[in-house]
Amino acid sequence: MTEATQRKAQGELRLVELERRYDDFVAVNGIELDVPPGSFFALLGPSGCGKTTTLRMIAGLEEPSGGRIFLGTEDITNTRAHQRRVNTVFQSYALFPHLNILDNVGFGLRQLKVADWKTKAMQALELVKLADRAKQKPRQLSGGMQQRVALARAIVNEPEVLLLDEPLGALDLKLRREMQIELKRIQQEVGITFIHVTHDQEEAMTMADTVAVMRAGNIEQLGAPAELYDKPATAFVANFLGQSNLLPIEVTSITGERATVSSHGTSLVVEAAAIPSEAPDGLRLGIRPEKLRLVEATDTTWTNKLSGEVSDASFTGVSTTYLVRMPWGQELTVTQPNDGTARAELGDQVTIAWDPHHAFMIGVD
Amino acid sequence: MRWLRKNLIVIIGLLVMAYILIPNIVVVVFSFNKPAGHYNYEWSQFSLDAWLDPCGAPGMCDALGLSLWIGIASATISTIMGTMAAFALGRYRFIGRSFTNLLVFFPMATPEVVMGASLLTLFISMGLESGQTTILIAHILFTVSFVITTVKARVASLDPALEQAAADLYATPAQTFWKVTFPLVAPGIGAGALLAFALSFDDYIVTNFNAGATTLTFPMFVWGASQRGTPVQINVIGTVMFLGAVAIVGIAQAIGARRRKVDA
Ligand SMILES: Nc1ncnc2c1ncn2[C@@H]1O[C@H](COP(=O)(O)OP(=O)(O)OP(=O)(O)O)[C@@H](O)[C@H]1O
Ligand SMILES: [Mg+2]
Repeated sequence: MTEATQRKAQGELRLVELERRYDDFVAVNGIELDVPPGSFFALLGPSGCGKTTTLRMIAGLEEPSGGRIFLGTEDITNTRAHQRRVNTVFQSYALFPHLNILDNVGFGLRQLKVADWKTKAMQALELVKLADRAKQKPRQLSGGMQQRVALARAIVNEPEVLLLDEPLGALDLKLRREMQIELKRIQQEVGITFIHVTHDQEEAMTMADTVAVMRAGNIEQLGAPAELYDKPATAFVANFLGQSNLLPIEVTSITGERATVSSHGTSLVVEAAAIPSEAPDGLRLGIRPEKLRLVEATDTTWTNKLSGEVSDASFTGVSTTYLVRMPWGQELTVTQPNDGTARAELGDQVTIAWDPHHAFMIGVD
Repeated sequence: MRWLRKNLIVIIGLLVMAYILIPNIVVVVFSFNKPAGHYNYEWSQFSLDAWLDPCGAPGMCDALGLSLWIGIASATISTIMGTMAAFALGRYRFIGRSFTNLLVFFPMATPEVVMGASLLTLFISMGLESGQTTILIAHILFTVSFVITTVKARVASLDPALEQAAADLYATPAQTFWKVTFPLVAPGIGAGALLAFALSFDDYIVTNFNAGATTLTFPMFVWGASQRGTPVQINVIGTVMFLGAVAIVGIAQAIGARRRKVDA
């Protein structure tokens, strides 16, 4: 696609202090967002955090209470939905029931007065592998097929930004995984900026280049999936993206790159750079279950060790997940890969250890 | 006994159909009658007279023409008004909305005699002379509620995301209405219009109150004729109307079946 490069240069989306209030309730609280052109951007957050509202404001279906929206260099805040070069894949698909699949897909092109709309619509249908269904009505298609039609209907217009509001929400797990791969492939093929709303953290992480985690109308943290997972900035992000063990700590000394902290009287080593500059008290150390190892109590290669009793063990095939009760009552989750190492039994006294650079530190919320 | 149990549903179905159809069959059969006296109530002998001269009964075709014209005019006006009202009531929240909803039910709930009489009082006090105009006004009044109710049900069942999708796909509000909203609401509007026409066409009570001395609609003609003797032509018109209605339903079903076949 030759136009893809050109579109890439345009499709930058910028939200400036974008806000939406419903009476007293703040659904979107002045968010700042910079979505680079051609990227696959995911908006992730729990139900009711303002994802759909944000998307609808970008599409022009909802009026912001404040702030501005820029598409490229153009301020589109005051334009109406039909004037924006932005298309949406609705959560409910919203296919026109009285039109056949081809007419559904060609709807936008005909509005844009594209002469060979039929050819282009057919190409889009081929992209989503539904060309043979062109003459059928939406209700004759399965949910997954309808979802692909909705996608084709939006993509075919070559918008600058494509908005997807939980488009995979209604699909079963298998189809969901298939469509995730398909979506990613299509995005790379057409080069359009995708903004994908989801509350499935796995979906966001597998698909997106950049993930923004939203919480109660604010963007809590933004970054590449691996960065968010390995270095969450808040407890909310740490627990929303996967599981975390959080230990309350106090910094006792900092020597060069290493720092010593204590948690419940146990001395632990952390990377000094990982200590957040603000929030020196209420500091917590976080460590992912799969970064914890069950080791021998006498093993001296590990600097950070804690001992406790196995209070629960569940075998899932690829791994075993243990709950290990610490002397102060807290239960830590440990995931041990099923790689042939000895498994612990319920009630065993075990020692768990981790590498200092696998830990992250967060302040109080 | 087993046979009866097996076929009971079929038998009951046929009986119900007979119950519904027999009056219509009587109308058709007696349109071929050549009555001995003034009244077409007893079979005498077969004849095509009435069919060959459908307007033979003096004044009947004029009355029929008037009824058709009032039916079409009142159905058209009340469909337009009712559709607009249905969109307003189905879509927008405004002060007095629930009161308006209540108001829509009044003409349907009011006994026709009461409505006819009070409308006459109103027209007289307004100085409006009874005639076609007053009949038309009265018919619009009592048919518009049915149109509103029918169309509103359709508007309410419309997914608002569809119109948003159209706007998202570059359709202006006017284009969205004509390309998405209207085609989806059209069956409701069509049903409302047919209902309005049917109600207007066979109304006797309200019409009789508000017709002038010289305006005579088809139901009024039939009622009047039955006092003096019923011309066979009434049965001819009845038969044609019955067959017309059957044809409309048949065509609608055929179109539906074809569309389903093309889709598949
Ligand atoms: N029309 C409205 N009137 C009042 N409040 C609203 C309206 N629309 C949304 N809200 C509120 O705004 C908040 C954000 O809603 P939004 O639909 O953006 O959530 P979401 O993040 O998309 O959630 P979900 O994952 O459940 O779809 C919610 O608390 C909701 O109750
Ligand atoms: Mg939502």
